[in-house]
Amino acid sequence: MAKKPSTLINMLVALLVITAVSGGLLGLVYGMTKDTIAEVDQKKNAAAIAEVLGTDENAKLETVSIDDLTYNLAYDAQGDLLGAAVKTYSNAGFSGRIELMVGLLADGTINKVSVLQQSETPGLGANMVNPKFKDQFNGKSPNNGYKLTVTKDGGDVDAITAATISSRAFAEAVKTACDGFEANKSKFMKGENAQ
Amino acid sequence: MSNNLQTFTKGLIKENPILVLLLGCCPTLATTTSAINGMSMGLATTFVLIMSNLVISLLKGFIPDKVRIPCFIVVIASFVTIVQLVMQAYVPDIYETLGLFIPLIVVNCIVLGRAEAFASKNTVFPSILDGAGMGLGFTLALTVLGCVRELLGSGSVFGIGILPETANILLFILPPGAFIALGFMIAIVNQFRKENH
Repeated sequence: MAKKPSTLINMLVALLVITAVSGGLLGLVYGMTKDTIAEVDQKKNAAAIAEVLGTDENAKLETVSIDDLTYNLAYDAQGDLLGAAVKTYSNAGFSGRIELMVGLLADGTINKVSVLQQSETPGLGANMVNPKFKDQFNGKSPNNGYKLTVTKDGGDVDAITAATISSRAFAEAVKTACDGFEANKSKFMKGENAQ
Repeated sequence: MSNNLQTFTKGLIKENPILVLLLGCCPTLATTTSAINGMSMGLATTFVLIMSNLVISLLKGFIPDKVRIPCFIVVIASFVTIVQLVMQAYVPDIYETLGLFIPLIVVNCIVLGRAEAFASKNTVFPSILDGAGMGLGFTLALTVLGCVRELLGSGSVFGIGILPETANILLFILPPGAFIALGFMIAIVNQFRKENH
């Protein structure tokens, strides 16, 4: 088959047809995968909330977004605040954004932390997903003098060996969640223990 | 037929895109921190290669010479986006690890290279074979490199622990390890090719 000469009309028609068909095809695939993608995200989010809060299904969940953080607040049947799963992040990691779900009890104690997204170096910073590192935060509270910086910077967080940058970013993200929760706590309180 | 077979097999070793042509080194070095990552990246690229070769060989009479590169890129980018959406929906864990490198398949020089050097000059069937051969050669190189780096760096292959943690050489997970491991692989393949000449 002979090549079409490169006249203006031929070029325009070729580009137009190819981009139009591609665009249509992409729209189709997007439409087909959209729901599954949203479902996967939501499932992951719900699983992380349940994991870090450890609440049962009787707890009522409410979602509030303030600044860049998302607070998933859990209330008991009386409407008292049980705790909050705070979706927080840090851009100070070694490679890319780190997203965490931090479970906080009503008094500000860290219940559990779960990693939503990270692309740190495998074998080093990526070890932040291991319980050995992330479970050291469990039961600690910044309100009781627990300093959310790595020991190298004078804090109380034991960094991952050879991954101080990742550990620092992790601690920073947790701190952002704790600070945000403390600052907005009065807004979250309702029911009997509201002030 | 033997000609077609050769079109397919040349990508595996003789003209392996990574080990002989040294094309597409960026995703190679960056994504092979573990065997599964290397293999996923290879298979995603293989799909794009086969599909873009197929479509471009069909359209070659319709595309005027002067706008062929933008046309190729649009075709390639479309398939990459399809791969991206499908991976995001069905294998979200792998999608997250590979992250940025999936959209970067668009500018992978192997894909555009095969479109320009092969698919735009040949008919549909050989083009598909060429894409499959090149893609599998790429996958093979990435998987082997991923295995070597994962074994030396984290003591496992495909996530199955083999060596104790004390034997890990962290360097191999990091970028310099990628260069060193790739260098040795190229040397071995060169020796192998020399002996078979």
